[in-house]
Amino acid sequence: MTNHWVDIKNADLVLIMGGNAAEAHICGFKWVQEAKHVRRAKLVVVDPRFTRSAAVADFYAPIRAGTDIAFLAGVINYLLENDKLQHEYVNAYTNAAFLIDPDYGFEDGLFTGYNAEKRSYDKATWRYQMGEDGFAKVDPTLQDPNCVFQLMKKHFARYDADAVSNITGTPKDAFLKVCEMIAECSAPDRVMTILYALGWTQHSVGSQNIRTMAMIQLLLGNMGMPGGGINALRGHANVQGVTDMCPFTANLPGYLSAPTERDATAEAYVAARTTKPLRPGQMNFYGNFPKWWVSLMKTWYGDAATAENGWAYDWLPKPDGSYDVLAMFERMHQGRMNGFFCQGFNPLASVAHKGKVSAALAKLKYLVVMDPLATDTSEFWKNYGEYNDVDPRQIQTEVFRLPAELFAEHEGSFTNSGRVIQWHWKAADGPGETRGDLEIIAQLYTRLRDLYAKEGGALPDPVLNLTWPYRQPTRPSADEVAREVSGRALRDLTDAAGNVVVKAGDQLAGFAQLRDDGSTASGNWIYCGSYSQAGNLTARRDNSDPSGLGQTLNWGFAWPANRRIIYNRASCDPSGKPWDPKRALLRWTGTAWGGNDVPDMRPNAAPEEGVGPFIMNAEGVARLFAPGMIEGPFPEHYEPFETPLARNPLHPDKPEVTSNPAARVYKGDMELFGKADEFPYVATTYRLAEHFHFWTKTSVINAVLQPEHFVEISEELAAEKGIGKGDVVKVRSNRGEIKAVAVVTKRIPVLQVDGRKVHTVGIPLHYGFKGETKPGYITNTLTPFVGDANSQTPEYKAFLVDIEKA
Amino acid sequence: MHVSRRGFFKVCAAGMTGSSLATMGFAPTAVLAEVRQYKLAHATETRSICPYCSVSCGTLVYSMGDKSRNAKARIFHIEGDPDNPVNRGSLCPKGAGLLDMVHSPLRLTHPEVREPGSNQWKRISWDEAFDRIARHMKADRDANFVDKNDAGLTVNRWTTTGFLASSAASNEPSYLSIKVMRALGVVAIDTQARI
Repeated sequence: MTNHWVDIKNADLVLIMGGNAAEAHICGFKWVQEAKHVRRAKLVVVDPRFTRSAAVADFYAPIRAGTDIAFLAGVINYLLENDKLQHEYVNAYTNAAFLIDPDYGFEDGLFTGYNAEKRSYDKATWRYQMGEDGFAKVDPTLQDPNCVFQLMKKHFARYDADAVSNITGTPKDAFLKVCEMIAECSAPDRVMTILYALGWTQHSVGSQNIRTMAMIQLLLGNMGMPGGGINALRGHANVQGVTDMCPFTANLPGYLSAPTERDATAEAYVAARTTKPLRPGQMNFYGNFPKWWVSLMKTWYGDAATAENGWAYDWLPKPDGSYDVLAMFERMHQGRMNGFFCQGFNPLASVAHKGKVSAALAKLKYLVVMDPLATDTSEFWKNYGEYNDVDPRQIQTEVFRLPAELFAEHEGSFTNSGRVIQWHWKAADGPGETRGDLEIIAQLYTRLRDLYAKEGGALPDPVLNLTWPYRQPTRPSADEVAREVSGRALRDLTDAAGNVVVKAGDQLAGFAQLRDDGSTASGNWIYCGSYSQAGNLTARRDNSDPSGLGQTLNWGFAWPANRRIIYNRASCDPSGKPWDPKRALLRWTGTAWGGNDVPDMRPNAAPEEGVGPFIMNAEGVARLFAPGMIEGPFPEHYEPFETPLARNPLHPDKPEVTSNPAARVYKGDMELFGKADEFPYVATTYRLAEHFHFWTKTSVINAVLQPEHFVEISEELAAEKGIGKGDVVKVRSNRGEIKAVAVVTKRIPVLQVDGRKVHTVGIPLHYGFKGETKPGYITNTLTPFVGDANSQTPEYKAFLVDIEKA
Repeated sequence: MHVSRRGFFKVCAAGMTGSSLATMGFAPTAVLAEVRQYKLAHATETRSICPYCSVSCGTLVYSMGDKSRNAKARIFHIEGDPDNPVNRGSLCPKGAGLLDMVHSPLRLTHPEVREPGSNQWKRISWDEAFDRIARHMKADRDANFVDKNDAGLTVNRWTTTGFLASSAASNEPSYLSIKVMRALGVVAIDTQARI
């Protein structure tokens, strides 16, 4: 979330699309109710199902799963056509005025530079025109045909209300009603928030779904505003924190881009990531990359990381390709992996195409499952009849299962969706011989280190030189690790006049103190300052809120820098006055920025200096045109890989752009995509109020509340297929089948799309063969093995099935 | 004679003791009820966070025992933390069932191994588990570590063992896992945050 949970109460309009907060984020949803009751805010829900969020909405619009870009692109077109923009904001805080390479273009669903064989783009023309002064060229009048604003107008002009309704199945009047409600928020003192979740990410165009919405929020001037922003309602209680630590191949902690085979030396690696300002006077915060990276390397390798050895650059692994979860299972399926660790993760149930995942796990030499609970994955080799029909004798994988502690059995910090890091304390030991995750990792590491010290082996150096300063080497405490993550001075830090500002060994106050000369250490720069000399700030419990906005600046610690709303400089006009004085976060006091949040701006940057509010971008402004995206600098509607239409209505004669032309598809998986003639119904997976992923099925009370796997269909489809309420039905995709109980409801709308009727089948995902719930099939038996082109998040939310009475 | 609980305390406050009242044959129902003491009054209250969704609601975890060295604490009640500015004391149908997850029949209690081709789990000690896993890791790493790619560039990667990190883990173990995996050269690292 750019904003945070309590801030939802400051919105005038709440849009829930690609999520269902009333059932999936229940205690967060109360802030939507607060906004409705106290501010008289309106709630709009757009969803393929009439959810419980929809049930309390002021307006609900149905939509076909997988067509959100068409809907949102239609909103952009409506705003542009009807001149419902926050003009001053768009001009000053976005790249609307920037000029793009005249060779850039878009035709028949493809941007310039497409390579069909590689399914990827050469982005050479997706760039700014550069002036002789070294800065990007702009046209503040927005009239130049190559400026972003004009290109955007042209690109989205195709998405008129009729085209949108034809693709999405949303009735035209409902679509226009939503447009009108959103457009009201172009006034500087009216703000919309968007709450989305996996209903947007789990598509082959997931990142572009979110980006299209981000463009709308920029055009309305809602980024940085209290009650505004782009708010991802994330998964687990610490999914945000774990993301921040970056257990990803492509990133080091704090989202630092990790080295690849293209980065031959430390100098080249750092240079390629240290940006230069694209406009005069901008903060260009990524210019600080060397400080963050060197501080990380000093944390990990201490004295062994020196300026001479490029801060131990050689010890960072350089991958030869992608290793996201789909790529990993693809490699495993090809027999290219031997070992695998699942730390509190149940991939057999939660990764797409269970059949492939199961076959892949069977090819491993060893699998290590660390979990408090018996997961389906840990018993992938065991026969559970029709629910997991495997032959253990044929599976040679050695499986270890290590009992771990649950949340209440150890201390540590969780980072909520609003980036607030909160400490939790230990209430009791876990049952039996359970041990904490810290100890399990430390035991494995110290034993390996001893083996390498004694026996040698492949490159022992990084293993032997890894810093391990914990008082009990096999049992690091959460407190010690939290201090390390935040960071400290390794030598006395002095200011320009030679005065010591931080003593050697002291905890740092924030990332502004990080240096690139090896004198500071921080395990994750965005968490720097969370554990300062003042102590563990994540454990703070002062919930006072003098602002009245719900900022609670002394509760826990929000990254970065305890800032609760990021981009908050954009809540003021260019002269430094709040757009809405009744909801003032910040203002320019004449000498500094001050107010109800930590300014997302150099504190003494006077408004007349023209420093843009989007400090992480070298432009200083936000990108309506975003060349970083894999499949295009502007969003375009592409059909899900399994589409009920067999064509993209925008480009009916161009089969190569039916679905995302830049999404990665593995050989074998493309052939397994189902076609509408055999699998005519759109399926979408979802979550229930009573269950959390595959976790609560182990909890008796939740199993009692929702005991059995079901699928939800409309009365019309039920009648057509002769299915009655409570019948057991078989749902088939081209990858497998499941059986579940039919729940026939009025909650699943039947839509008219591209001249035909489209039915939707809703499939909750919480069931499996291990649990206190009735044994069930794993929903992801059905789902396709293809991900979003940018993030590789699998397309769980739109695929094709057939359904019949079992 | 019937005396209400409140009335009984008023009587006590007036100077008489409960026991003397009882010896006088004056045994109000409230005295009998008082045998069952209010459990929370003797519990240890620990501030925690619901591990389910990303609202990360504050919780109060109540356990018996005072956390002294020889007292085995047992969690018997979990409720929303009224001080938490986000959930303000509330929990949802998922979080309200937390106690049943803590005491789930499916909790793992000891390390175990399923040998290749076997149809069952075998209980092992932590030492055996750690030693066997470390051996597997070292054997695989030593056999498949790539120090240079075809172009001669130093790449120092280990591609044949992967790690899926939990989104339910706290920040500290998550960070420590990454630190160790990167030091070993593991490149196949991902998390639930992806899906």
